[in-house]
Amino acid sequence: MAHTPKSSLPKSSLLSAGLIGPACLGAVTKLDPRQMVKNPVMFVVEVVAAFTTLLFVRDLVTGGQDLGFTGQIILWLWFTVLFANFAEAVAEGRGKAQADSLRRTRTETTAKLLAGPAAAPGGPRTPYETVPGAGLKVGDVVLVEAGDVIPSDGEVIEGIASVNEAAITGESAPVIRESGGDRSAVTGGTQVLSDWIRVRITAAAGSTFIDRMIALVEGASRQKTPNEIALNILLSGLTIVFVFAVASIPSFAAYAGGAIPLAVLVALFVTLIPTTIGALLSAIGIAGMDRLVRFNVLAMSGRAVEAAGDVDTLLLDKTGTITLGNRQATEFRPVRGVTPGTLADAAQLASLADETPEGRSIVVLAKEAHGIRARDMGSLAATFVPFTAQSRMSGIDLDGSSIRKGAVEAVIASLEAAPALVGTGAAARVLQPRLDPAAAAEVRAIAEEIAKAGGTPLAVARDGRLLGVVHLKDIVKGGIRERFAELRRMGIRTVMITGDNPMTAAAIAAEAGVDDFLAQATPEDKLALIRREQAQGKLVAMCGDGTNDAPALAQADVGVAMNTGTVAAREAGNMVDLDSDPTKLIEIVEIGKQLLMTRGALTTFSIANDVAKYFAIIPAMFVGLYPQLQALNVMGLASPQSAILSAIIFNALIIVALIPLALRGVSYRAVGAAALLRRNLLIYGLGGIVVPFAGIKVIDLAVSALHLA
Amino acid sequence: MTLAGWIQIALFCAIVLALVKPLGLYMTRVFTGASTPLSPLLRPVERGLYRLAGIDERHEQHWLTYAGAMLVFHAAGFVLLYAILRLQGLLPLNPAEQGAVAPDLAFNTAVSFVTNTNWQNYGGESTLSYLSQMLGLTHQNFLSAATGIALAVALIRGFARASARTVGSFWVDLTRCTLYVLLPLCIVYTLFLVWQGVPQTLAPYAEATTLEGGKQTIALGPVASQVAIKMLGTNGGGFFNANAAHPFENPTAWSNLIQMVSIFGLGAALTNVFGRMVGDERQGWAILGAMGVLFLAGTAVTYWAEGAGNPLLNALGLQGGNLEGKEIRFGIPGSALFAVVTTAASCGAVNAMHDAFTALGGLIPLVNMQLGEIIVGGVGAGLYGMLVFVVVAIFVAGLMVGRTPEYLGKKIEAREVKMAMLAILCLPLMMLGFTALATVLPAGLAGPANAGPHGFTEILYAFTSAAANNGSAFAGLSGNTPFYNLTLGAGMLVGRFFVIIPALAIAGSLAAKKTVPASAGTFPTHGGLFVGLLVGVILILGGLTFLPSLALGPIVEHLAGSAGQTFAAAGG
Repeated sequence: MAHTPKSSLPKSSLLSAGLIGPACLGAVTKLDPRQMVKNPVMFVVEVVAAFTTLLFVRDLVTGGQDLGFTGQIILWLWFTVLFANFAEAVAEGRGKAQADSLRRTRTETTAKLLAGPAAAPGGPRTPYETVPGAGLKVGDVVLVEAGDVIPSDGEVIEGIASVNEAAITGESAPVIRESGGDRSAVTGGTQVLSDWIRVRITAAAGSTFIDRMIALVEGASRQKTPNEIALNILLSGLTIVFVFAVASIPSFAAYAGGAIPLAVLVALFVTLIPTTIGALLSAIGIAGMDRLVRFNVLAMSGRAVEAAGDVDTLLLDKTGTITLGNRQATEFRPVRGVTPGTLADAAQLASLADETPEGRSIVVLAKEAHGIRARDMGSLAATFVPFTAQSRMSGIDLDGSSIRKGAVEAVIASLEAAPALVGTGAAARVLQPRLDPAAAAEVRAIAEEIAKAGGTPLAVARDGRLLGVVHLKDIVKGGIRERFAELRRMGIRTVMITGDNPMTAAAIAAEAGVDDFLAQATPEDKLALIRREQAQGKLVAMCGDGTNDAPALAQADVGVAMNTGTVAAREAGNMVDLDSDPTKLIEIVEIGKQLLMTRGALTTFSIANDVAKYFAIIPAMFVGLYPQLQALNVMGLASPQSAILSAIIFNALIIVALIPLALRGVSYRAVGAAALLRRNLLIYGLGGIVVPFAGIKVIDLAVSALHLA
Repeated sequence: MTLAGWIQIALFCAIVLALVKPLGLYMTRVFTGASTPLSPLLRPVERGLYRLAGIDERHEQHWLTYAGAMLVFHAAGFVLLYAILRLQGLLPLNPAEQGAVAPDLAFNTAVSFVTNTNWQNYGGESTLSYLSQMLGLTHQNFLSAATGIALAVALIRGFARASARTVGSFWVDLTRCTLYVLLPLCIVYTLFLVWQGVPQTLAPYAEATTLEGGKQTIALGPVASQVAIKMLGTNGGGFFNANAAHPFENPTAWSNLIQMVSIFGLGAALTNVFGRMVGDERQGWAILGAMGVLFLAGTAVTYWAEGAGNPLLNALGLQGGNLEGKEIRFGIPGSALFAVVTTAASCGAVNAMHDAFTALGGLIPLVNMQLGEIIVGGVGAGLYGMLVFVVVAIFVAGLMVGRTPEYLGKKIEAREVKMAMLAILCLPLMMLGFTALATVLPAGLAGPANAGPHGFTEILYAFTSAAANNGSAFAGLSGNTPFYNLTLGAGMLVGRFFVIIPALAIAGSLAAKKTVPASAGTFPTHGGLFVGLLVGVILILGGLTFLPSLALGPIVEHLAGSAGQTFAAAGG
C-alpha cells in the first residue's frame, strides 16, 4: 500500500532478538493450567503430556520397555505445548514493546484544579489548587497553561491552545485545540505549547486514552472475538472426534491379538488434533491488533477488527478522503474572440492578491498552462478588491484597468450596472459597461457545462468585457479511482458522503468511481443510510470526527474516529485513527480481511496435515499386528518408531515454522473471492496435504541417521 | 469390468439425473404450499386430515416446537410398533400364526423402523405376521421417510428465510409429504412391481410339492406395496429375509434398475428442492455434484474390485469376477452398483451379500455409511447430513476469503458450528464406540461368523449401518442377541436423533438471521471449486476418522488376500 504511516511506535522486525528471551520465559510461565484452559486444544495436549510423563516416571522407577523412545515422545509433546506458548508470547511481546514506549510518555503530572466560580467558563483563572494528576475525578475542571502537560483526557470548555500530541500520534507539528466545535478533545499526556485552556476532565486516572492504548497493545484486555469462539468450538469438536478415533484403537488391537503402547496412541492423538491452528490462534489475533497499531489505528476491540474484514459498505466523506481539501483551477475557457492566454493573464492578475487556495491555484495554472509568470503586486501599483459576500467578486484595479472574477451571475450582473469611475488621478476614466449578450449567453453555457461536470465556474471580466470562465474543480486524489475499483473487486460498495448538491456530487462520484453518493448529507441522513444498509444485513464502515458524527459512528459496525475529533466522536467509534487520515478505512478493511484469512488458511493447513500423519502412524502402529499393513507406509519411513517420532516432531516444528506467517498474516490481494479461495486452497489446502509428506520423510531420515529411533 | 456393465451404470445415472428437475419442481410446489396437478384430488383429503387432527395448517412452528412435535410423534410410533410386534400372535392377519416377537428383538425392530434404519435382526417371513408387516412396518416406512424429508425441508427453510422465527409446521410437512409425494409414487410403483412379478396378496403361504416329492412352503404376502416404499423411502427393510435378492422382491433386471433409481430418486431431487427454495438452482446442483463425485468414485472401486474377483481364487486359475453371494440375474455390475447405491443412500436393501464381496468391494459400502450417508443419502437425511458438512466446510475454508464465513447469505457463527460438530460427533462415537465394546466383550465376540479382520469388519459394519440408519447387513453377524439388539438399537437412536435435532437447531438459528446479499467478496458456492472443497472436507473429516478401523478390517484383509493369505476360523 502506498500509505506509509507515521508512527512513534517502535518498528521491530518480526522476531527481533530482544523479543525471543522474554518470549521463551513466557512460554514456560504460560504452562499454568489456569491460562492453558483458555485454549482447549493445547490444554488437552498439556494434560496428555503431563499424564504420560507421570506414567513415564512410574516406568522409570519400576523399569519398563522402550523408555528411550517413550521419553522422546513425551519430550516432543512438551515442546508442542511450549512452542504454542512461545508463539503467543512473541505476539504479546511485540505489543508490550509498544506499550512500554507509550508508558514512558505517561509521566507523573500535576494539575491546576479550579473550583467554584473559577471552574466556570469565563470565570477567573485563579485561584487554583495544585493536585496530583492521578487524583482527578471525572467532571473536575483544570487550567492548563503553556508548558503544562494535560493531566488527563478532557474537553476544552474555554480557550484555545496549540498542543503537542507527538506522544500519541508521533506527529511533531502542534495541533490547535479549542472550545466548541470539533477540535475540543484533549488527551492526557500531551503538552500545551502556547496559550491556555480550561479543561473539563472526562476520564479518571487509569482509564485515559493512553491507558486504554497500553492495555490494548499489551493484549491485556483481549477477549476472544465471535469468530475465534466459533473456531475454538470447531477445533474442540475435532479434538473430540479424534478422542473417539484413538480411544477405540486399544479394543481393535486387542481383537487382533495385540496391544498398542500408550505413547504411540498419545502420539497419534496429538498429531491428529488440530494443534497447528490451536497453537497459533491467539498469536494470530494479537498480531492482527498489532498490525493496526503499527498502522497508527487503535481498535477498541478485536471484534471491530473482525468486523472490518466483513464490511460490505464503506461510507467515505468526499472532502479530504476522495478529493483534496480544496478546489483548484484546471482550465481557462475563453468566450469567442478571446484567446486563452488573454483570459489566463486577466485571471492571474485578478488572483495575485487572492490568498485563498482557489486563487493560488489560478496563478499556478496560468504559469503552467500559459507560461505567465507571477507578478509582484507592489511593483504593479495595483489595488486589490477583496471578496465580499455582497459583491461575490474579487479582483484588482491597475493602470486604469479593472479586472473582476467571481460567481458567474454576480459578474454578469455587475456588467449590467451603471457606468462607473475607475482608477485614480490621471489614469481615472469612466468605464462604460458593455455587456455583450452573446458573450453572456456563452459564459452561461460554459458555466452550466462546468457545473454539470461537478466543477465550480468562475467568470472573469476585464474593463466591462466578459473574457471567459475559469474552471475550478474538486481534485479527486490520485489513485483513488483504482482503490475503489479494488474495493469493488473485494465486493465492497463505496458511498461518497458530501454536502454538495446532487449534480456536483454525481459528477465527482462518477469521476472518483464510487458506487453511490449521498448529496447534501446531514448527520441524520448519514445515520439513516447506515441503518438502511444494516437492515439488508450489510456491515457498514465509516469515519468521522465531529460530535454530530457520533450517532453514525456508534451505529456503524466499524466506526473510525479521527484523533483530531471530539471526545464524543472518539467515544462513539470503535477505532481511533491517530493520524486522522480518513483514507485509512480502506487499509483497515484489508487488515481485517487478512486476520480472518490467516485463521482460515492455518486451520485448513492444520486439518489437511492429518492425511500424511495418518499414513505415517497407522502402518507403524499396526504393522506389529498385521505385517501386511507395511504396504500403507507410502513414505517408506525407516522403522515404526522413527515414523511415529518423525510425525510428532513434524507436528511440533511446524508450529515454530508458521509463527512468522501467523504474525505477518497471509498476504491479501484485492481479487474476487473466487480467485482468492482458489489460490489459498491451493497453497494451504493442497500444500497442507503435500508438505507433511515431505517434512515427515526428511525428519525420518534425520531421526534414523542420528539413531534416535 | 465390461462395457455392458459401465453402460448399466451410466444408464442408472442418466435416469436419476433426468428425474432431478421434474421431481424437484413438484416437491418444491408441495412444500411451499403451491397447487399441484394432484391438488384437486388430494387437497380435500389433506384438509379433512387437518380438521380431524385439529391442526391449523397456517400455524408454523419454532424449531424447538418442530423438534418436539417430531419427537412426540416418533415416541408414539415406537410404542405402537412395539405393541404390535409383541401382540401379533393375538392380532388378526396372521395366517402363518407367528408368535409374539421377543422383547429385545421387538425393541430393536421398532427402533429400527422408527429411525428409518430397517436393520433386520428378524427374518420377515419367519417372524412377522402380515399385520405386523403392513400396519407396523409399512406404516413406519412411510412416516420415517416423510419425517426425513420434512426435516430436510425445515433446514432448507432455515437457509431460505431471513429474520424468521419459524421453520414450518411438522404436521403439515409430514402430511403433505406422505399424501402428495410418497403415496402417489408408491401406488404407481407397486403396480410396476406387480407387473414385474412381485406378489401382492393377503393369501397364506403357498404349499408346493417339489420334484423329489418333498413339501415346501413358499412365503407370500403383500410384498409389492412394501417394497415400493422401502425403496422410495430409503427404508430398506425387506419383506423377506433375503431382501432384494429374493426373487419375489426383485424378480428381474428391470425391477433391479428401477429399484436402484427409486432409492436415489427422492434424495437426489431434494437437492433441487434446496436450490429452488434458496432461489438459486445451481446451489442444489453443486451439492448433487459433490455427492456425484463421491458416488462415482465409490462405484468405480467396488465394480473394479468385484470385477477383478478374489485374488486367492484367481491364483487357483479361476478367472472372472467375484460372483459369490450375487444373483445371476443382476450380475456383477447390477450387484456392485446396488451395494453402492443402497449404502450411499440410507436404504439398506441388499440384492447381494455384502459379506461375500471382496475386501475392497465391501470397503466402499462401509465408507459410504461412515461418511454419514450424505451421498444422496436417506430421503431428507442425506441432504441435512450433507448440509451439516457444508456448514463445517464453509466455516473452515470460508475464512480464507477474508470474511466471516457465509453460506447463501447466512453467516456461519458459533452456534451453527457447535450444532454441526455435535451432529458430526455422534456418528464416530456410536460406530467406533460400540465396535470397540463389541470387540472386547464376549457377548460381542460371539457375533461374527468369521475370524480375523473379516470378523472385525462384520462387527464394524453392523454398528456403522445402525448408527448411519442404513440397515443393510454385512451378514455373517448373528445380530439377534440381547447384546446386539440393544446396542444396535441405541446406535440407531443416537445416529438418527442426535443428527436431526442439531440440524433443526441450525435451521432455527439460520432462519432468524438476516440474509447478506452476495457480492464479489462472497465465497462462491455453486462452482467446481466448492464441490472440490466439500468433497475434501468430507473425506478428511468424515473419512480419516475411520482409517484405523478400516486398516484393521477390509484394508488388511485386502492386502493379506492379495498376498495369498487367509485367516483361520477361530472361536466365533
